[in-house]
Amino acid sequence: MYAVRRWSVRHARGLEVFYNGFERALIALEPVFRRIGFARLERPFAWFERQVKGFLFDCRMCGQCVLSRTGMSCPMNCPKRLRNGPCGGVRPDGMCEVEPNMKCVWVDAWEGAQRMRDGQTIHFVDSPVDLTLQGHSSWLRVVRAHSAQRLDTSPDDAE
Amino acid sequence: MKFDDEPVPGFQLPILPGHSSPGRLERVLRAGRFAVTAEIAPPDSADPNDVYLRARIFDGYVDAINATDGSGAHCHMSSVGVCSLLTREGYATIMQVSCRDKNRIGIQGDVLGAAAMGVANVLCLTGDGVQVGDQPEAMPVFDLDCMSLLETVTLMRDEGRLRSGRQLTATPKLFAGAAANPFAPPYEFRPARLAKKVAAGAQFVQTQYCFDIPMLEAYMQRVRDLGLHEQVYILVGVGPLASAKAARWVREHVPGVHIPDAVIDRLAGAQNPKLEGRKLCVELIQQIREIEGVHGVHVMAYRQEEAVAEIIDASGVLEERVPWHPHRDTAPEPAIERVVS
Repeated sequence: MYAVRRWSVRHARGLEVFYNGFERALIALEPVFRRIGFARLERPFAWFERQVKGFLFDCRMCGQCVLSRTGMSCPMNCPKRLRNGPCGGVRPDGMCEVEPNMKCVWVDAWEGAQRMRDGQTIHFVDSPVDLTLQGHSSWLRVVRAHSAQRLDTSPDDAE
Repeated sequence: MKFDDEPVPGFQLPILPGHSSPGRLERVLRAGRFAVTAEIAPPDSADPNDVYLRARIFDGYVDAINATDGSGAHCHMSSVGVCSLLTREGYATIMQVSCRDKNRIGIQGDVLGAAAMGVANVLCLTGDGVQVGDQPEAMPVFDLDCMSLLETVTLMRDEGRLRSGRQLTATPKLFAGAAANPFAPPYEFRPARLAKKVAAGAQFVQTQYCFDIPMLEAYMQRVRDLGLHEQVYILVGVGPLASAKAARWVREHVPGVHIPDAVIDRLAGAQNPKLEGRKLCVELIQQIREIEGVHGVHVMAYRQEEAVAEIIDASGVLEERVPWHPHRDTAPEPAIERVVS
């Protein structure tokens, strides 16, 4: 929902702190998740993530979340799906070129990033969207990456 | 302007040490000259002569010609097609590539094909949204964004690989460009975004139309503070406005163009608005030239392409330099009627 999404940007700092704690908890539970099996957890994780992030950020479940680098403004809500900053078409009042009634997600991202502790990550160049990850859980992906790192294998082998 | 190692037109120049392309634009910029580029209007036609005629009016006044890629989300002859035709005659071209219409597979193929046809410069763009065009029902692709497109071009050139990792047997020798818009919010983000483009591989940028010198100066101040003017060649976009009405239309309908009221008032109060628009353009070029860190201008004279030569002439930025053109050794065309003196 648009109003909630804007609220999230205004509270980017609090959400950042919350997420960092949440991520630590997920990683701490990694041995448990691994025992259950990541493949088995994929659907419930994705469902839960969709509910939470869909409500807070209008998340589109791209499966490769970059919210912590975009001021808690989801770049997938950009009609041009830009992952690296605003296009040149932003209106003088900061509204989107394509959807005049929507604030440019990158104007919001810039403001959100100013509020965050690690806001400078907005300056990093991000890779293009990998469509094969669409619909998958980003959270579980973080855990799997951690698991793979620990076991020194590729994330796909960490079942 | 003639290079000692000038090849037969249509063939590429040798790549000098430290250069990444065989193009004239890179040479002019790296030689520290004030570069001039202009935008060609791609025809709604399949006739190559329509392209040659439109290019010919820039002869001797521009260092490279930009071929737009469905600008304003309107379909015209493709930039690959226009550039391929122009390079046959030896013209220096800047192929614009928009992310709106093709995915990464199509774009990488185009980059290879264009480089094979002699294109030495690419301009990596996001592209206007389909909603501003005449086919708003079209599917907007936006698979890559301008930043990942820049990275893709540099990857192909410097590492000889496609995004997939598959090796190229010959790399595209390209001078990689990007767009910048200092005149759209979020203003504080804009210089940082330029830094990002430089990090992604931009070697030159062409900006959106500039009608507001103080705004450009503020942007350039930040750019210099970040040291970017020493890492990327900056060509500022300019263009003549035909009338106050046209200016208002552009401001309202062309995404990202900022025209101050003072400019519109000046056109509205002029006896001959078209002439005033061209004079204003000349003045802007002269003021832009004085800004530290600006390396050239990019003239976008939409529907006034015939005015480019006289505007550049009147601005004096070429300083007696005559950019190469394929007709330099043949008899000159009858002089075009000059409006600006």
